[in-house]
Amino acid sequence: MSTYRIQGATGEWEVVIGLEVHAQVTSNAKLFSGASTAFGAEPNSQVSLVDAAMPGMLPVPNRECIRQAVRTGMAIEAEINKYSRFDRKNYFYADLPQGYQISQLYHPIVGEGSLLIEQDEKTGIPEDKTIGIERIHVEQDAGKLMHDQHPTMSYVDLNRSGVALMEIVSKPDMRSPAEAGAYVRKLRSILRYVGSCDGNMEEGSMRADVNVSVRKPGDEFGTRTETKNVNSVRFVMQVIEYEANRQVDVLESGGSVDQETRLFDVATGTTRTMRSKEDAHDYRYFPDPDLLPLVLEDDFLEDCRASLPELPDAKRVRYETELGLTPYNARELTAEVETFARFETLLSAAADAIAKPETKIATQVANWALSVAPGVIKQVGDEADPSHATGERQAAILAMQDKSEISGSQAKEIFEIVLKTGREPDEIADTEGLKQVSDTGAIEAAIDEILANNQDKVEQYKGGKDKLFGFFVGQTMKAMQGKANPQVVNQILKDKLG
Amino acid sequence: MTDLTNLGVKAIRDGVAGGDFTAREVAEAFNAAVAQAAELNAFIVTTPEHALAAADATDAKRAAGEDLGAMGGVPIGMKDLFASHGVQTTAASDILGGFKPEYESTVSQNLWNAGAGMLGKLNLDQFAMGSSNETSAFGNVASPWRKTGSNAAMSPGGSSGGSSAAVASRIAPAATGTDTGGSIRQPAAFTGICGIKPTYGRCSRWGVVAFASSLDQAGPMARSVEDCSIMLGAMAGFDAKDATSLKMDVPDWEAALSADLKGKKVGIPKEYRMEGTDQEILDSWEQGKAWLKDAGAEVVDVSLPHTKYALPAYYIIAPAEASSNLARYDGVRYGLRDLPDGAGLQDMYAETRAAGFGDEVKRRILIGTYVLSAGFYDAYYNQAQKVRALVSRDFENAFAECDLILAPTTPTASFPLGSLNDDPLTMYLNDVFAVPASLAGLPAMSVPASLNADGLPLGLQLVGRPFDEQSVLNAGLAIQQRAGFDHAPKKWW
Repeated sequence: MSTYRIQGATGEWEVVIGLEVHAQVTSNAKLFSGASTAFGAEPNSQVSLVDAAMPGMLPVPNRECIRQAVRTGMAIEAEINKYSRFDRKNYFYADLPQGYQISQLYHPIVGEGSLLIEQDEKTGIPEDKTIGIERIHVEQDAGKLMHDQHPTMSYVDLNRSGVALMEIVSKPDMRSPAEAGAYVRKLRSILRYVGSCDGNMEEGSMRADVNVSVRKPGDEFGTRTETKNVNSVRFVMQVIEYEANRQVDVLESGGSVDQETRLFDVATGTTRTMRSKEDAHDYRYFPDPDLLPLVLEDDFLEDCRASLPELPDAKRVRYETELGLTPYNARELTAEVETFARFETLLSAAADAIAKPETKIATQVANWALSVAPGVIKQVGDEADPSHATGERQAAILAMQDKSEISGSQAKEIFEIVLKTGREPDEIADTEGLKQVSDTGAIEAAIDEILANNQDKVEQYKGGKDKLFGFFVGQTMKAMQGKANPQVVNQILKDKLG
Repeated sequence: MTDLTNLGVKAIRDGVAGGDFTAREVAEAFNAAVAQAAELNAFIVTTPEHALAAADATDAKRAAGEDLGAMGGVPIGMKDLFASHGVQTTAASDILGGFKPEYESTVSQNLWNAGAGMLGKLNLDQFAMGSSNETSAFGNVASPWRKTGSNAAMSPGGSSGGSSAAVASRIAPAATGTDTGGSIRQPAAFTGICGIKPTYGRCSRWGVVAFASSLDQAGPMARSVEDCSIMLGAMAGFDAKDATSLKMDVPDWEAALSADLKGKKVGIPKEYRMEGTDQEILDSWEQGKAWLKDAGAEVVDVSLPHTKYALPAYYIIAPAEASSNLARYDGVRYGLRDLPDGAGLQDMYAETRAAGFGDEVKRRILIGTYVLSAGFYDAYYNQAQKVRALVSRDFENAFAECDLILAPTTPTASFPLGSLNDDPLTMYLNDVFAVPASLAGLPAMSVPASLNADGLPLGLQLVGRPFDEQSVLNAGLAIQQRAGFDHAPKKWW
């Protein structure tokens, strides 16, 4: 149970949140035309006759977009509707060439599913929670108006017109900004695992309509507002925070919340009325007569299922149980596609280089991947070329370390040089003298000298001051310029000090 | 030399192939006839150069010994609802004034690929909405037919009124039509020619200005059943660009034509005996039965109980789809834009659409918008869709007892232009016999049967099972052979 509450004059209020996330489907072509979907092209350079709604043009469903929606539905364990249908949502706007958006109101392609957000004390999620998903439907995106091109006219760019979107509608199951933030992050992660959306919120590939209402705990749902087109996790949380407090103020001052559509102002962090319920469009939805109902064959569904990768929750569990990683490491490594992909590449290369099974070395590889390597990369800063940090090179470093040929600090130094130059770790270790000395003769000579120069401390140690052992190790390492194999140093010291 | 303009599709194709005359001679003869027929107002624009270029290509192929195609050397009229690359395409509406598409409709391209040429773009009711060709922004089309002893201008029917007038007046051997609720069959009946609406999905809708997508279907209009078979074969075929296109091979209808109807059962739907139907129409229906029996068919009574609901359902579904299909004519990207000084986007929409659409189009957009509105959707649109399903089921049940249905095409013969302008409901009733087959997506054809006492043509309608254009065409041929309809309108233009 979320403990997030708004403290009002009349007591505590609970906030109720539902999200409609619009995710652009990863596909080379638009939902109903062959035009390209690449981001950032010249205005109106990716517009087919269909997208521009020329007379007599007809939509033809793009199979890849349908496949991506189905795979996404499977990834949230949702009901896949073998029969779905496209409907027209009619309204006039200059960025909507057809005068209607092709969407799915009555029979969406994906039915009910769910998604797990994980306990996170830090952000205020006291326990794991399942968020219900009502449906996913596919629909066309609109174009874009440009108001800054001419003093009195607006320009229209239709590059986005007809691009496929999935609208993923949650149930009103979230109770705090943190839960909503976790939901969007988890959804984004799943979409990116599946490869059905790049999740790039800055480019508008993912945006959310945020539905917020407040109530006294235990009461019925209050009247909700919908804030449109919010394009970052942080903004989603801000909208909820602002809207919940605004609604509490309205209610406590004796007013009532209007069911309305609102806009988020990024500059002020506030929301304002876009249109009220009275001004709401009558969209005159009806089945698109240009399109036959979409009937999914079993073969198609099987192909979709077979193409699904291991998903975040399953991967996290496997990392804990099979690889023996800590829950924290498992979660960090599986949160993003890039992270686990890099980790798994490195793990596999390290297993080869070290000649041990992955399960035996997973923890050390995870530590390297999550803390050691990022630390070095951060430290090297602009001089680092990340493309130098291949899995093989990092695996080579880990292998030398595993064989005690190099120390932890030498590993970092070698990695630093790799990042800057792209040279091979073995060669670096040799030429730069970054190898541990395991030659007992050299170490013994150094230790003899240290013990001779510190007779008083030797006596104290023998008298029971055990802590001084560290002093002798430190002195030895210093004398060896940090290159002595610590295990060898320890052994010789123990022998000599009795 | 024979007057080439009296020849139909088959005669021209075979004559050109056989070297009796050149395709260029044919094109020149029809171009000249078109130029002399301005009074009919059948064409919105003429394209004699297109017809000549296609003809020359055919003549060159013949010289090279190549295949001339199913329509080789035949110049035709193109209803101005089909997009023609680089040629003004208007749907007879001001809102598309001056619009020249950068693309060619699939059906017209199929015809050009088969060797046909284009005489011009034919007038029609605006956006194919109308039954008299009086809603065109380019003026009424006059039927070449007149009542005996009268000079009153008669309606060529609609919406394919330019097509029917052109073919009946022999300024084109054939023309394309489109049929949403009778727009091929009714004008064919009014002007004494043949016209077939194939099964929904046979002809691609790609590049055809949409009226009501679930009903719109292209088809040929010509003076014989053979000509219709040939031309339909050239027009039809699966098109990946139309999601409702039928993924089926196109049969060789011409080759399989046969007027022998032995073993065929022809159903007579009792619900089509409606009040207000002319006695002459009923008599012609009786005659039709007799002809089909004579051709070997067995005639049986069938029932289509939901017939009387078909027209009201049609006038909900078609305007509903139209209200949405016509939303794209907004002044933003092409066609008319009416932007008063200082006006905003909403003003531009209102001014552009008020100025660009004709009254009948506005009426249907209003009806369609109304029936889809929140609170009315279930009572109108949903109810109409249920009726549509019942009408389809009526046909399925009837086709369990017969192979074909014979009915009148229209309840009356042609009427004088202007006589029904104030009475849209009576105008809509013109299509009462045509609309059920449209709702069910079935192949249906009108063939000329006789002249009435006023000297005006009457048509008989044949409706077949889905995909069974062949039976429709065969029965049409049987009627054609027995009716011996060889009347032509007396030239007054």
